Amino acid sequence: MKPAPFHYHAPGTEGEALALLAELAPEEGRILAGGQSLIPAMALRVARPAHLVDIGNVPGFDRLTSEDGILRIRPCVRHAALGTGTVPGPLGALLETMRGHVAHLPIRTRGTFCGSLANADPASEWCLLAATLGSSMLLRSVRGGREVAGEAFFQGFMTTALAPDEMLVEVRLPLLAETVRTGFFEFSRRAGDFAQAAALAVLELRHGAIVAPRLGLGAVEDRPRRLPEAEMMLEGRAPSAALFREAAAAARAGLLPMDEDSYRLDLAETAIRRALSAATGVPE
Amino acid sequence: MSGLHDIVLTVNGERHAVRVEARRTLADVIREDCGLTGTHLGCEHGVCGACTVLMDDQPVRACLVFAVQAQGRALRTVEGLAQGSRLSPLQQAFVDNHALQCGYCTPGFLMLGTAILEQDPAIGDEALVDALSSNICRCTGYANIAKAIRAAAAAMRAETAAAEVA
Amino acid sequence: MDGLIPVEERPALAAGPGDFVGRSVTRIEDAPLVRGEGLFAADVNFTRQLHMRVVRAEFAHARILSVSTEAARAMPGVVAVWTAEDVADIPLIPFRATKVRGLEPYCQPVLARDRMRYVGEPVAVVFADDAYRAEDAAEMVVVEAEELAVLLDATAAPGEFAPGLHTEPTIVRKEYGEVEAAFRSAHAVVELELSVGRHSGVPLETRGAIARYDAARDVLELHGTAKKQHWNRDEIARLLGRPPQGVHLFEGHVGGGFGVRGELYPEDLLVCAAALRLRRPVKWIEDRREHLVATNHSREQHHRIRAAVDADGRLLGIDDVFFHDQGAYVRTHGARVVDLAAGMLPGPYRLPAFRVAGHFRLTNKTPSATYRAPGRFETTFVRERVMDAIAARLGLDRIEVRRRNLVTAAEMPHARPLDTLGVDVVLDSGDYGGLLDKALSRFGWDALQGELAARRASGECVGAGLAFFVEKSGLGPSDGVRVAVDATGAVELVSGAASVGQGVETVLAQICAEALGVDYARVRVVRGRTDRIEFGNGAHASRVTVMSGSATWKAALAVREMALDCAARLLQLPSSGLTIRDGVVMREDGLAGPTVTLAEIARGMGPNSRAMHGHTPGLTAERWFWSDHMAYPYGIHLALVRIDRGTGRVVAERYLVANDVGRAINPMLVEGQIVGGLAQGLGGALYEEFRYDPSGQPLSTTFADYLIPTIAEMPVVDVLIAEDAPSPLNPLGVKGAGEGGTNGAGAAIAAAVDDALRRPGAITALPVVPATVHRLLGGLA
Repeated sequence: MKPAPFHYHAPGTEGEALALLAELAPEEGRILAGGQSLIPAMALRVARPAHLVDIGNVPGFDRLTSEDGILRIRPCVRHAALGTGTVPGPLGALLETMRGHVAHLPIRTRGTFCGSLANADPASEWCLLAATLGSSMLLRSVRGGREVAGEAFFQGFMTTALAPDEMLVEVRLPLLAETVRTGFFEFSRRAGDFAQAAALAVLELRHGAIVAPRLGLGAVEDRPRRLPEAEMMLEGRAPSAALFREAAAAARAGLLPMDEDSYRLDLAETAIRRALSAATGVPE
Repeated sequence: MSGLHDIVLTVNGERHAVRVEARRTLADVIREDCGLTGTHLGCEHGVCGACTVLMDDQPVRACLVFAVQAQGRALRTVEGLAQGSRLSPLQQAFVDNHALQCGYCTPGFLMLGTAILEQDPAIGDEALVDALSSNICRCTGYANIAKAIRAAAAAMRAETAAAEVA
Repeated sequence: MDGLIPVEERPALAAGPGDFVGRSVTRIEDAPLVRGEGLFAADVNFTRQLHMRVVRAEFAHARILSVSTEAARAMPGVVAVWTAEDVADIPLIPFRATKVRGLEPYCQPVLARDRMRYVGEPVAVVFADDAYRAEDAAEMVVVEAEELAVLLDATAAPGEFAPGLHTEPTIVRKEYGEVEAAFRSAHAVVELELSVGRHSGVPLETRGAIARYDAARDVLELHGTAKKQHWNRDEIARLLGRPPQGVHLFEGHVGGGFGVRGELYPEDLLVCAAALRLRRPVKWIEDRREHLVATNHSREQHHRIRAAVDADGRLLGIDDVFFHDQGAYVRTHGARVVDLAAGMLPGPYRLPAFRVAGHFRLTNKTPSATYRAPGRFETTFVRERVMDAIAARLGLDRIEVRRRNLVTAAEMPHARPLDTLGVDVVLDSGDYGGLLDKALSRFGWDALQGELAARRASGECVGAGLAFFVEKSGLGPSDGVRVAVDATGAVELVSGAASVGQGVETVLAQICAEALGVDYARVRVVRGRTDRIEFGNGAHASRVTVMSGSATWKAALAVREMALDCAARLLQLPSSGLTIRDGVVMREDGLAGPTVTLAEIARGMGPNSRAMHGHTPGLTAERWFWSDHMAYPYGIHLALVRIDRGTGRVVAERYLVANDVGRAINPMLVEGQIVGGLAQGLGGALYEEFRYDPSGQPLSTTFADYLIPTIAEMPVVDVLIAEDAPSPLNPLGVKGAGEGGTNGAGAAIAAAVDDALRRPGAITALPVVPATVHRLLGGLA
């Protein structure tokens, strides 16, 4: 299980990296960030890029900043860097919670947030996060830069809006107000395994009613997304086990699962109910 | 097809100048080019953790890093744990608590355990189980591995306490 | 000193902990392993070595039309590429002695000839100067094949293996008592259809083989071996046309065996043939993806079992028909696993009549063989499900049903009119009911029932189950050990045993130290080396402590006797008044007096010593231990599980294994075997399975699909080691401890899940996966 041969490039600046990408992308050139998804694929020889552009040495690529209510995550921010210690408020707490489900500790010291998004595995926790919150992605190439909203970024099974010569240079997540409540639930066979169903609920409670709910589902369809039917059902209503069940059933009806299997859909409903329960504090 | 890269790997404080293809993993280069075969390959796709080494004090899977990426980092492997004939407290605890049988997963667990003890020696039980779930052992059933890490933490606390008194 | 091996009985090991035996001393193996200084197969390197890479079949069943190697040969670093033609002179890989006839045509060639029969079968090999380049070149070998129909279901009618041969090489039948009469007169008959999923040992170290031809000495060396060196040496020699003394097998450190490592595989023969022909060392290290499709699978069986009982739930007879999915070829175990399953199915119960037919069937999957508790993990599941079914049918308590059927201590030894592995099944000793009581008490079974009721009332889905198992161990027929004390007083013990990482050196050193009166840490143990001892039977079937341990006891006692005789003359004291402590011969009564060390005695027994005139020099003895019968450890598994209704996940919360091992030479190591064995048993009960798609493509090809339990999946485990029933068959009283932890896990988990679901008999197949449990719960609540 040794990787096939490739040419290795290690640019020292963002500009160099983009120039290399422009030149090499047509020749199966790819970015190497954390490598925790790419390298196993290369070991199995299901991925055989002819060129790798290692962005691990570009100064500033590991920068993580919170300003003006926005968390900015640059390309080489590792999973391990995201949590309550580095990000304030409920977003920091949510990152800390979800981070614990991202593979295992030694993967988290290398793998990157942006790398996960660019890889777009449907079971990825960070992809679910980005699809559920109002995120935006900054894509850049030698041709210029553009901003893509989170919902439009994930386009299919392991397919994103990224053109072959584009790099995801920054992901922007809104910092969450102190009144925002979050709940996350994931089911996997063993600790650290890929999720078989994952749900994220972000909402506020005002006068006992759910306000501005965002409900996202991952690992069931070919990409993570919000569940508008369920969100509409939740808006303005008091949380209860019955409501969670209703919302989950409504979501289920509209799902296009990768696996046409009622168990998988059952897991989706369970995940939704539990995420809502965790966010509202009401048992499901 | 691909060229050779001259790199210097610093492993357990020693510099190794090697010439490698970019596709050679850090695990293979440590084993074959640096001659340190204590780091083992169990799966080569990043699941079993047998190849765990420390890179700048963080546990990483050496099979998921290309050697060329590890230049300039401080690498630590199992061979660097003992001081001469003196085993580290964790190594000794593994022996005292029968935390190994075939020994194949042991270097990976020792490096993971070393990182845990350096970063959070008072780690809670649930967190310890979560951290150790990174690595697979096929022989021991794990109980003694967790026990050994706790024992090492206690031994290190006692040593620190004794040193402070002295 | 003498070549004679006296037949008289040696004194048995006294009960209770001795100076070393019975103590949880730390292992002498550990230092190099914790230092990262081990020598596993991948750590073995020779100058000028070539790396071998296997090109494997990509279809489950196909006629091979052509294998094109030119492109591969042209790749950088490639020295040779072989196909079946290049190794046509190497016969099919044989199997070990068995009474079963007609298996020969079903053996595997080292490289597929006209047909490929499973995905992963070796079709060609590439030899290159570097492992990366060998893999590059292997990709360039082009295999043209015409797909054939695949057979993936061992319960379906057999198909064609080759013209004139169908895919059921044999049916293993055993029968005794009046089976028909038992069913006619039964108060009730339970009938179950049960299956165990395909899974296997999957050690953390993959296989490896490094062959080197030492032209200077005309010796072919094979490194990286394990388990069964002497038989493998003999077969390799025979298959390659060399005399056995011209082949040496070496064992370094072994990263787990569990039955699957150390058998003779195509790759072992290929590296040996290549080393001889290419005149360079040849190294082959299996990768994980290869391992999961090429190393022996195990366990897949489907049983249709009927049990006849009287009104009190006592067994009158059992009739079992089962289908064993052997995979594509017969390997070195022949039909052994089927034989074991058939012979061990009755377990601990009194059974007046029994009939079993084990259909040994080939399919287009990876070939199968033994894996820890082979045939027993499967049949304990089957048999204990039957016992639970009897309880449910008659409205009896699950424990009570078992008590009524357990063979009692007074009935020991209990001979079944059966044989397995060519040996009569005679349960040698045991207090089954007594251990059951201890286990239930230790687990808190009675109090637990109240706890379960309370938890269920508060909405939890929880349950408990148990399984009784009987193991087999100490498979003979023999093993030998040579103990020698050198001029410095250091002791070397050479055994025909092998290591699979279990701690064989420490256990043998403890026994030797106990007998001889030296420090166990000063005993060097040599194992797995055909060049150091002429005969040996290796490490498998939990035999080493029994066989090599007993031989060690005898040999070390013989050396002790020699030393005391010598010392008696030197010290002018009767040998009966002397003892040996820490290598020093002294008065037994502790009074001051003259002493002499073993070193001094050894020096006096050298070849230049006048006193040795007419004798064979050296403070050395070689002794053999023979056994026609196996010893039968036994015990109970008790499991407490909780089910998550929303997902169907089964969480094992608490677990007890009670295991009578006759005698624990090192309790800490015995416990380690049990807990480690349990982890594997839980894997087979809940997580591990080799699955295939309808065309025979394996779906479990990486550790992302084949799920091995991590620490997070383990319950809190309590181990109760009992020594109530020492085996009367060996001077140590030991029974093996390697497999009990695995044996009952499938059965106990199934029982606990049934109990949690409140549906007796719900679980009929392993592994118990969340989707199944969720369905049994009726989907979403």
